[in-house]
Amino acid sequence: MNYLDFEKPLAEIEGKAQELRALARANSEMDVSKEAEALDRKAEAALRDLYRTLTPWQKCQVARHPDRPHCRDYVAALFSDVMPLAGDRGFADDQAVFGGLARFNDQPVVVIGHEKGHDTKTRIEHNFGMARPEGYRKAIRLMDLAHRFRLPVITLIDTPGAYPGKGAEERGQSEAIARSTAKCLEIGVPLVSVVIGEGGSGGAVAFATANRVAMLEHSVYSVISPEGCASILWKDAEKMREAAEALRLTAQDLQKLGVIDRIIKEPLGGAQRGRKETIEAVGKAIEIMLKELSAKKPDTLIRDRRNKFLEMGTKGLAA
Amino acid sequence: MNWISNYVRPKINSLFSRREVPENLWTKCPECGTMLFHRELSDNLNVCTNCNHHMPISPRARFAALFDAGVFTEVKVPDPLPDPLQFRDQKKYPERLKAAQKQTGEKEAMLVAEGEMGRTPIVAAAQDFSFMAGSMGMYVGNAIIAAARRAVDLKRPLILFSAAGGARMQEGILSLLQMPRTTVAVQMLKEAGLPYIVVLTHPTTGGVTASYAMLGDVQIAEPNALICFAGPRVIEQTIREKLPEGFQRAEYLLDHGMLDRVTHRKALRDELIAITRMLMGMPPAVKGDLPPPAAEPAPAPAEAATGAPQA
Ligand SMILES: [Zn+2]
Repeated sequence: MNYLDFEKPLAEIEGKAQELRALARANSEMDVSKEAEALDRKAEAALRDLYRTLTPWQKCQVARHPDRPHCRDYVAALFSDVMPLAGDRGFADDQAVFGGLARFNDQPVVVIGHEKGHDTKTRIEHNFGMARPEGYRKAIRLMDLAHRFRLPVITLIDTPGAYPGKGAEERGQSEAIARSTAKCLEIGVPLVSVVIGEGGSGGAVAFATANRVAMLEHSVYSVISPEGCASILWKDAEKMREAAEALRLTAQDLQKLGVIDRIIKEPLGGAQRGRKETIEAVGKAIEIMLKELSAKKPDTLIRDRRNKFLEMGTKGLAA
Repeated sequence: MNWISNYVRPKINSLFSRREVPENLWTKCPECGTMLFHRELSDNLNVCTNCNHHMPISPRARFAALFDAGVFTEVKVPDPLPDPLQFRDQKKYPERLKAAQKQTGEKEAMLVAEGEMGRTPIVAAAQDFSFMAGSMGMYVGNAIIAAARRAVDLKRPLILFSAAGGARMQEGILSLLQMPRTTVAVQMLKEAGLPYIVVLTHPTTGGVTASYAMLGDVQIAEPNALICFAGPRVIEQTIREKLPEGFQRAEYLLDHGMLDRVTHRKALRDELIAITRMLMGMPPAVKGDLPPPAAEPAPAPAEAATGAPQA
């Protein structure tokens, strides 16, 4: 288990319980079950306390937790006949963006998502989920495919942001993001998005301009990272706690602002402590959102999506 | 209220604002160091007469030079909710807004107007970098939507001059959502079969570049304008190497196929007239300075000269 800094008290309790059990395994005379169970209860209480009152900055940390399920975990568990489709037909295949055909509850769909990777090797391979223009162009191509063959599109959002690199800029990072957002607004099929971890800025909005947007309970969605915001507005990157607070980037605040449609509850201690339940809950939410849209005609889907975004911002936090 | 905020306040502020520099003042070109007589500089649309460095120009000054005889009518932009996030960094957001309004004499970071340019009816929108770095929030989004709607109603092309440091962080997610909102505005124009021309000016960055500023039917940039998604400093920190000279500048983007043209500010108006007239299927333009359009009600001379808002 990877512990976050604010989970330190929990780490100590769980560490003790583990030690105790290890001791008992080495010494059959010892009966530690009572003490260990007491520690387990203590740990659960600590976990409940910690996760009941997560601050926005702590939510950012949870949203970035390396043990959270990532795009590929959802794809593997929730979809069948998964057929990854690669490439932008112009330059490369961007490993930061997964895309392909698949079946969701037997219904053919197009699924697109940011893939962060799960260990050092795969994280580098997937560029930590930071897409280059080719990633957005692959998504554009697949959304076109979905539109022509009337397949719903499901996007899974989990990115720190678009990759700020030399080649990415040279090959038109802004243009690729702009066209991907535009494509989201043009397709006459249901488009549903789930923010499963980090919804980082333009890199997220390029896939999340959807008919329905859901967020996991401890995921975040923001115009800029708290660290970036702190270094610009506070002139001090260490002020990320204050920035995270001010940006209103939690699922709870975004629902109040009318920016997202639903919050998907995470198990106690976050998605990283209950990967299977989390994935199932996300699957359930996708199913509900798709059902809400299934009877709508292509023109209605496009018009509703556009109106939804045009009307955004009319609801303040105070309202 | 409107009269006070739109008309009187700019007038009062202009007494103190830096834009109304007395004529005997000189400006030093930040590029070549030449001392430029203020009048000479403004006559040259804030382009250095020695080295052609393009300095910032306010939306009002730009429109005064763009529209025939400097006459234009402002298009009303719906007011967004004030401070929807109750954002506070070291200062409260409403205080920052007020300071920017006082400093610029403008209400917000974008001005929308309709009028004629070489007898070609257009709607134009210009972003004001001097207003909180031109940042895109709800107001700028509303301005672009209002501009697109007006253009569709009047069946006119929309010409947009971009200039922005990116999204307005103080509006958090709502600033990010101006990317899809303004994209919907661009799609309204496309569906109505109307040209959407973007002129990218220095600097155009972040979420602005990654939405409406890159979706034009024709993309023109002013010389040496910085145009990017991620800024050069962020990239240097990421890749830990020095970027080549001219990286992310207009000419560099032109070389990399991201723009149609790079055009000197003085030549821009004629080009825009030629392009919009061809796309609108109109006959070639008559060259030269034209008197104000006769069809339009002639505004009071003082207002026409400054392009002040009309009822
Ligand atoms: Zn100069």
